[in-house]
Amino acid sequence: MPAMPPQPGPPVAVPPAAPAAQPGPAVPGGPDPTPPRRTAWAEGVDQLRAAATTEPGRLRIIGAALALLLVAFGSMTAWQMTERSDAADNVLSSSQPLSADAALIYRSLATANTAASSGFLAGGQETTESRQDYEQGISTAADRLVNAAANSEPGSKSAQTITRLNKRLPEYKGLVERARSNNRQGYPLGGAYLRYANAKMQVMLKDAEDLYKMENQRLRSDYAAATPYPWIAIGAGVLAIGGLVWAQRRNYHRTNRVLNHGLVTATAASTVVLLWLVVGHSLARAGLNDSYDHGVRSLNVLNDARIASLKARGNETLTLVSRGAETKKVDGKTVDAYDNDYKTQMKDLSAKLAAAEDLADDSAGESPVKGATANMQVWQDRHKVAREADDSGDYQGALDKVIGSNDKEPTGQCFDNVDKDLDKALKHEQGEFEVAAADGKGAMTGLPLGAAVLAVLGASGAVLGIGRRLSEYR
Amino acid sequence: MKARRVRAALKGWGGVGAMAVVLALTAVFALVLPLTQSRGDGSTGIGGQGVASGTQTKAEECTDPQDQSLAPSADETGKTIQDIRDRGYLLVGVDQNSYRWGYRDPNSDSKTIELEGFDIDLAHAIAGEILGDRNAIRFRAIPTNERIPAIEDGRVDMVVRTMTISCDRLKEVAFSSPYFETGQQVLAPKTSDVKGYDATLANKKICTADGSTAWETLDADKKSGKLVASADIKTTVPNQLDCLVRLQLGEVDAVVTDGALAASQAAQDPTVELKGEPFTTEYYGVAMKKDAEDLVRRVNQVLVDYRENGWQQSYDKWLKPTIKKPAGPPPVKYQ
Repeated sequence: MPAMPPQPGPPVAVPPAAPAAQPGPAVPGGPDPTPPRRTAWAEGVDQLRAAATTEPGRLRIIGAALALLLVAFGSMTAWQMTERSDAADNVLSSSQPLSADAALIYRSLATANTAASSGFLAGGQETTESRQDYEQGISTAADRLVNAAANSEPGSKSAQTITRLNKRLPEYKGLVERARSNNRQGYPLGGAYLRYANAKMQVMLKDAEDLYKMENQRLRSDYAAATPYPWIAIGAGVLAIGGLVWAQRRNYHRTNRVLNHGLVTATAASTVVLLWLVVGHSLARAGLNDSYDHGVRSLNVLNDARIASLKARGNETLTLVSRGAETKKVDGKTVDAYDNDYKTQMKDLSAKLAAAEDLADDSAGESPVKGATANMQVWQDRHKVAREADDSGDYQGALDKVIGSNDKEPTGQCFDNVDKDLDKALKHEQGEFEVAAADGKGAMTGLPLGAAVLAVLGASGAVLGIGRRLSEYR
Repeated sequence: MKARRVRAALKGWGGVGAMAVVLALTAVFALVLPLTQSRGDGSTGIGGQGVASGTQTKAEECTDPQDQSLAPSADETGKTIQDIRDRGYLLVGVDQNSYRWGYRDPNSDSKTIELEGFDIDLAHAIAGEILGDRNAIRFRAIPTNERIPAIEDGRVDMVVRTMTISCDRLKEVAFSSPYFETGQQVLAPKTSDVKGYDATLANKKICTADGSTAWETLDADKKSGKLVASADIKTTVPNQLDCLVRLQLGEVDAVVTDGALAASQAAQDPTVELKGEPFTTEYYGVAMKKDAEDLVRRVNQVLVDYRENGWQQSYDKWLKPTIKKPAGPPPVKYQ
């Protein structure tokens, strides 16, 4: 049944209010049949005003307003939740993996460089092990750089940094190859190439560190986009439900009828959407916050710890390479620059490990961190022995204690163990992060679409409900 | 022979000489303090005062820095030497990058990692005489521009690291008598159109070690017009060998360094060669703390013996293959 046939042109109703504004058509056959046309808006307002004077007109207006409110509520919800869900999706599938990649790029580059310099430090030719470490570091870095390049926004600052790193990596490799071949021939020129390569690597590491910071920044902004409450949608929902309640109350007062099926359906649909919105988002938020607190923060601390241990190891070997060439004044005392840096990095490592232990929320996360701490202590003990040997003139003894074979109990062994433990801890925290973030993201699944469908349902309900009332006026 | 005569002469005149120095210093101070202007005249004067005037006027009219060292002495009662003996080992600043001067051979058969080369042999000889043990040494590898600070800070007792005795450096450290003669030379690829230290260096990029006499010479010559103005000498590196890296990578067109070191660079790369003749004459000396007079004299004594026994063998072993010319120790004169 067409509920409101005369809808488009309702001047059926008494038009007494309107004519004052239209002197034109009162004089038919005048010189100009079309006086300046009035705007659609003005006509609409007039029509509305006219409509508002009769009950069917009012009902139509109420119906339209309710439908509009419901559609607005649905689209706000769909829009805001799509935004949040996209951001959550970015956290899980793009920015966190990229931040982890950036940390890995830094680590692999530093590993390769440390392996290259300790390979030469042995004095003779590099060992198979140090060559493998070097190759592994380079290939991981190259691999992750390709991935990072594919995921970066063209022209962005991180894209430029990645391009620079991609350009310098083969240059660095070329220098190390030259160092190797000269070293094989017994020329100190090999060492000079290695120093040059090392200088280049320091620039690259600076870039890699910047990249890591940029990706972390991106991760944080994705979190910031995913977690705030969707106030606009919630507000629209409250308004829509409020409108529906008011319309039903008005209905009740005028007709004494308690239930209007259409309006009840609309109210139910809106309430479901609003509840879903609030509960779903709260759950998502909780999941995401959890993934940040127990995943990202732990991952960051562990990555920092790993970088500190790499730097400490690099400085430990350089102390022996430079043989006291570089010094620094600390509190008025002249100390070896590399040994001093080693101590600083070790302090940092120990602080980061303590922080990681605090952040670890289960024994599976705690035990590798504890293992790393224990290995770090052995490292420090052995380092002391190595320094004592070097200070008493036993350079060979110091070398054995730092890069020697495992039967000499070198610090290199401890560094490897710390690295392995940290790797285990990182894998665990990465898993925790993924579970929590996926839970968070999952809580938003279907919300935008569901909200849209329910809102359309609600809007139709409202229109039908009002239509039913209108039909009574025929 | 000559050295021994000097030593003999000194034995007798040591005490008298010392008194003369003290007297001369007193006299000079007495003259200088009230009448600063008359110093020039007063010090070029006669006899006993000559020794003191040497020290006083070095800055103004230093011509032969290699002849400024103190006469040798085997006396080991001085404070510096006593401190070293109490410590039990000698702290020597060396290079570990100068092929055949001070370096580590990556292909060495030896199980331990030892530095070796001409400078290292000399350092061992000094430890052998002062401490009675050639291996009572702790080597410190130092970059070129760290040599003087390392001595001044006491990080090392002495620097045996192809260090040229120069007038400027004499203001900050004391040198032994010269133990090697060399001169700066240009090194460039064999195919390069650089022909030597001349106009062919126009528009070329030249690499030198930071804090080296090579850089000082280039800088001074560029200001005075002796070196073509278009030569670019901005590239400086921590160690002369780093210049060969830049040269091989095409970042510079030529290297200027001491001929002895240039020869060891050429020995590591058959595609480069020394261009033209040496354009300076320089002498390497062992550098020590400025006030370590006892150590300077003792090292000079070591050198007296080393020139007769040790120098030639070490030269033939390390340097003759790269320099490809026979050579002997440089002539020695003391203050």
